[in-house]
Amino acid sequence: MAREVHGMVEKRGAGLWLTHLIMIAGVLVIFFPIWLAFVASTVTQAEIIRPPMPVWPGDQFLTNYRNALVSGVNVPVATMLLNSLIMAVGIAVGKIVISLLSAFAIVYFRFPARTLFFWLIFITLMLPVEVRIVPTYEVVAGFGMLNSYSGLILPLIASATATFLFRQFFLTIPDELAEAARVDGAGPMRFFWDIVVPMSRTNVAALFVILFIYGWNQYLWPLLITTDPEMNTIVMGIKQMFPSGDDFAHWPTIMATSILAMIPPVIVVVSMQKLFVRGLVDSEK
Amino acid sequence: MEKRVTFKGWVLPLLLIAPQAIISAVFFFYPAGQAVWQSLFIPDPFGLSKQFVGLENFQYLLSDPYYRASFVTTAIFSGLVTLCSMVPALFLAVLADRLIKGAGTYRTLLIWPYAVAPAVAGVLWLFMFNTRVGVVSWYLGQLGYDWNHVLNDGEAMGLVVIASSWGRISYNFLFFFAALQAVPKSIIEAAAIDGAHFWRRFFTIVLPLLSPTTFFLLVVNVVYSFFETFGVIHTITGGGPQQATTILVYKVFSDGFVGQDLGSSSAQSVILLLVVGALTVLQFKVLEKRVHY
Repeated sequence: MAREVHGMVEKRGAGLWLTHLIMIAGVLVIFFPIWLAFVASTVTQAEIIRPPMPVWPGDQFLTNYRNALVSGVNVPVATMLLNSLIMAVGIAVGKIVISLLSAFAIVYFRFPARTLFFWLIFITLMLPVEVRIVPTYEVVAGFGMLNSYSGLILPLIASATATFLFRQFFLTIPDELAEAARVDGAGPMRFFWDIVVPMSRTNVAALFVILFIYGWNQYLWPLLITTDPEMNTIVMGIKQMFPSGDDFAHWPTIMATSILAMIPPVIVVVSMQKLFVRGLVDSEK
Repeated sequence: MEKRVTFKGWVLPLLLIAPQAIISAVFFFYPAGQAVWQSLFIPDPFGLSKQFVGLENFQYLLSDPYYRASFVTTAIFSGLVTLCSMVPALFLAVLADRLIKGAGTYRTLLIWPYAVAPAVAGVLWLFMFNTRVGVVSWYLGQLGYDWNHVLNDGEAMGLVVIASSWGRISYNFLFFFAALQAVPKSIIEAAAIDGAHFWRRFFTIVLPLLSPTTFFLLVVNVVYSFFETFGVIHTITGGGPQQATTILVYKVFSDGFVGQDLGSSSAQSVILLLVVGALTVLQFKVLEKRVHY
């Protein structure tokens, strides 16, 4: 049925080919910056600084990537990749864990100041770290957490999007399940581990994808608190590779680093596309 | 909505909520409170003491031509980013929606740029338009156009707008595409039988049906262009030339960390807080509508 209706409404023949043609053109235009970065990461510096640079990849792929990963400019890119990985996973896991716990408390208990907690958490929703950078920086510096993973991670998990998502989901879990657990004499934590957490699997996975990308792509916060190049994340570290004076930037290394910086989030998004789209729609609701 | 069945006790729930409560208190409420508090003071030049000045920081800011200019810059920038990221996304989504085969493949390809960090996007576009080695600027030069975003205000703004919109097209595409797929085919078919051709159907039937999604994306993209574009601006222009691309968030950063003017930077944070607050309320109103829709 659906197909017949489609057949009636959709254009065929020339119109269809035109649509494909425009879509392909759109994809090519959108991909062009990535393609150019890839090409630049496979040629020599000499080929780039005499414009126009080539449009097809050269033979310097291994040299440039090895050079970037092992020595980089200020610090090996491998170190920055590791820092980014720790930060992104730390933010995703940290936020999911504290949100699961607090959403469980808010939904399944009646305790003093519950409403107050609920509203306090609610306020943290959507207020980005960019707005409170100076005082947050001072707090982190006061704790001696500059140039540390906890300094990179903790301030960015203080937001309630995930708590809300889990709260919404927990409210849809049938009451009979909690009732049955109570009748069986299972305590709340037992119920949490055996019923609530397994049921939340898909939500957790979808949220993980979104939070991983959020953490990986952070820029301003790592820029402020990692003064030691050894602690730089890859996304903020690229800008640090540009020379401050009038010298030519070493483009092949910078572009290889850019490509390396986008590979992990692209793999996550493309391979977990369904979860990603779901997480995106959920977390914006 | 509340649960009928709950567990007893109040020590356990307080323990469960403690991690989030403590992290929010230390890294959110205390700094936000500090921002409000510091906005009422002017520190002496040596940072040894500070003087209470009430709302003077705000008065000063609102009469400061640079700050006002930054407001205007932010409005122009975020209007352009929203427009440049939503229109192409809608266009591509409409085309993809017409295809029975291949739409999924295009979707997979088009979501790539979403995964690219704004700061990395900034570096990619900077490379293309670099005044000495950029491919695009070189070809523009061959055509007789002398591209120089380092000196030219308009070109600098254009470049940060394109670089900021690029990854956002993916995001908007996903939402528009999902919304288009949800439009009942029977309505379209009825219009087709009445002889309405494709674009007429689009503007009279489909676009109004998309309005909840469009409005939602409008708010989300404005919020994005206010905050997350910091990386693009920092990598491409550094707010220049002569503050031509200094949006509000960039100014909080440059006055607070580069200029070390804490009173002014805090006051700016407070103003931004109010702006985000207003946008959040707007967003919730939109979502309420969406639920009723």
